[in-house]
Amino acid sequence: MGEKKKKIVKVIKVDLDKCNGCRACEVACSAFHASPKYSSNNPARSRIRVIHDPLRDVYVPIRAGDYTPAECTGRHIYTINGKEYDECSFCGVSCPSRDVFKEPDSGLPLKCDMCESDPPLVEPMCVQWCLADALTYEEREEEVEEEEKREEMEIGLESLAKKYGLQKIIDTIARMSMSKKGL
Amino acid sequence: MRYAETGFNLEIDLTRGSIERVATDPKETELYLGGLGTNAKILWDRVPPEVEAFSPDNLLIFAAGLLCGTPATGCNRTIVSTISPQTKLMAFSMMGGFWAPELKYAGYDKVIFRGKSPSLVYLWINNDKVEIRDASHLQGKGAVETGELIRQELNEPKAQVAAIGLAGENRVYFASIEQGHSSASRGGIGAVMGDKGLKAIAVRGTGDINIARPDEFLELCNEVLEYIKIREEKPIPGVMPILARLGSPQEMKIHDEKWHTESFMWGNSRHRRRDFWTEEVEKEWTETMENAQKRLISCYNCSLECAATISIPGIPTYMMKCFSKLTFTMAAMSDLDFGLKIAQRATEYGVDAFSTPQVMAFALELYENGILTDNDMPGLPPDNEERFYWLLDRIVRREGIGDVLANGTYWAAKEIGKGAEEYAHNNIKKHEQMPLKLSMLNPIYFLMYSTGEKINITQIEGQFPQMPFPTREEREEFVKDWFQVPDEKFKQYFLDWELRGENSFPYYPTVEMCCDIVDWQERMHYIDDALGMCAGLSSFPLKPPYHIHNYPKFISSGAGIDMDEARLTQAVKRYRTLVRAVNIRRGMRRKDDKPPENHWKKRFPELEKKLLDEYYKLKGWNNEGIPTKESLHELGLDYVSEDFIKRGILEDSEDIPSKEISSNTAQK
Repeated sequence: MGEKKKKIVKVIKVDLDKCNGCRACEVACSAFHASPKYSSNNPARSRIRVIHDPLRDVYVPIRAGDYTPAECTGRHIYTINGKEYDECSFCGVSCPSRDVFKEPDSGLPLKCDMCESDPPLVEPMCVQWCLADALTYEEREEEVEEEEKREEMEIGLESLAKKYGLQKIIDTIARMSMSKKGL
Repeated sequence: MRYAETGFNLEIDLTRGSIERVATDPKETELYLGGLGTNAKILWDRVPPEVEAFSPDNLLIFAAGLLCGTPATGCNRTIVSTISPQTKLMAFSMMGGFWAPELKYAGYDKVIFRGKSPSLVYLWINNDKVEIRDASHLQGKGAVETGELIRQELNEPKAQVAAIGLAGENRVYFASIEQGHSSASRGGIGAVMGDKGLKAIAVRGTGDINIARPDEFLELCNEVLEYIKIREEKPIPGVMPILARLGSPQEMKIHDEKWHTESFMWGNSRHRRRDFWTEEVEKEWTETMENAQKRLISCYNCSLECAATISIPGIPTYMMKCFSKLTFTMAAMSDLDFGLKIAQRATEYGVDAFSTPQVMAFALELYENGILTDNDMPGLPPDNEERFYWLLDRIVRREGIGDVLANGTYWAAKEIGKGAEEYAHNNIKKHEQMPLKLSMLNPIYFLMYSTGEKINITQIEGQFPQMPFPTREEREEFVKDWFQVPDEKFKQYFLDWELRGENSFPYYPTVEMCCDIVDWQERMHYIDDALGMCAGLSSFPLKPPYHIHNYPKFISSGAGIDMDEARLTQAVKRYRTLVRAVNIRRGMRRKDDKPPENHWKKRFPELEKKLLDEYYKLKGWNNEGIPTKESLHELGLDYVSEDFIKRGILEDSEDIPSKEISSNTAQK
């Protein structure tokens, strides 16, 4: 049985209609994450990038998520309300198929950490610097059940039991251990 | 380590096809700051007055300002400098957008072109890798279109491209350089780029830009952002709506154009239409604009949304900002729909939206008055609007009469003769001006029109209100939070200023006050043009977020240069004087420092003489407008006075006052 635990869910809301393509978010993010803080800036190091094509009215700020060693089998192109967006526009993964969300010199993956810092920021940098209000920040509380983490074996057995029935599993194991004894 | 700047320029010899990466001297940054300042130094050092605009020895310099690419909001401007084919003087033109920061991230402060390419090429700057590439397949392509094509062929969607269109390729004297929604338009810099065989410069940069004192700098940036929010919530009462907020005049966002359409001139800067802005027109133009605008868009690291994507059925989508919304409309005595449509073609051709409409209206005026005939314009359509398209198409191709008009109204009038010069009535130093013809002399504007080296009023005016507010209460309200003034005296100048009576035009503000006011306004523009800051956040609007009090701190903490208000003022004076020196050496004198003859109906020659005399004194120039040996020495510009003395522009003596010796060193 798990206990109820409180979890803070952080959300950055992106309003594509409000983005004006200024990329201040890229400047602020890369400056914040420089070492020492603010000592340099470089949009190529930003954890948020704006896919920006004014003539096709494409403005998509996207934040860096996790890293993957292999690209998806098959890329994604979305058309929304008649507007075709760039390949993989809405994906935040640091992926071998493209240059974004990687350090330009080392190639090491970048991931948005919501500007974790001590003391904490009121809002992440990108939200603070977006005067167009295309990026807004929300927090909400969720209650989650704290579950004990099950081991692989237990998960596997449970799955077999579901498929074949627990009694069959027990009989099979008994038979297997008998034949092993014989050797 | 260099801070804010990269410390490297690219030197490109287009004749030989050579590319060099050259380290710059940090001392020059301290003295001339960067951008326009260091451009002026380079042009002084390397382009003697005998060199003409279309000589291979003319330089074409693309500079990113000192603070471009730092977190400073709005600092994204490229300053292009060269010798103008139209004025024969130094031309400098700025564009916002995304190009300058990208150049800095690529690792360069400037790209300096010399020579001429034997074939049409473009430059591709990709961090450390710099190539001159064939552009023959891009010949004739639109300026904005070229950017898209280059991004595709390089497979670099994030590359920023500055390009010329057909007009630049054909060396039209008012050809522009376009980059996304931004444009370096004036002075014929696009013609020089075309003359050098350079179609475009594409740049991609993924390097760092460093800050000297990070926390201090970011705090200043955050203060600016806070103040921008405050200013946007409280537009200034009592000024025209498009100027009440920050940024360029907000002509995309705001539809009220009463001021422009009723106070500025239509046609060939000829007709005032005082009752033009009726409810009907307002309704129609608002509808046109709302339907045409897809989205309000911004430049790099600035959220003011001065520009807009314009999408009209049947016409390719393009981008526009500011007064180009109206210049074609008004020159053609037409409507907004016409203006928006022809502007798309003009943008792709790459022409200056100030000069071009005036040149075309000028041509039609000549035709209407029989100075140009059907022989000169065979096939000219009968319809008014079609005539403008007809002229535009021929000007950019230098076809027939287009070849004459492509040199601008001054040179065209000279070539056409037969009294045409009367119709080229809106020039300063051979360069087309704002379409304005007013009644009473405005002494502040007299000085600005006369002496502004950019030869464009919008790039010297701004910090002081254009007119007094009607009541003293309103003026008191205005000066209450006017902390941007360099000195309290400016508040008093404004408080005592009235619409009528003793304290009104032309004798108030007094000569001394006018000199102060103009000097301040000009100073702020020059700071912007060295730092690469958009004038829309600084020198152009009233009560801006960047001003003389926080600028030194930005420079100090950003670039690591010791700077305070006095040193900054001195540095600006230094490179401003250097710009003057470049032009003086090319033959400019006091007689050139004047507005168009008919700019004001009521002129006051004695007052005007006094204004110029006093202003020259304030600037440290002699009666001919030439910087004196003493003032040059004070600014550390002895190398200028030495050159002037050698050329006989100044006399070498402490005893007698410097006076002009008739100089025939430079041709006019």
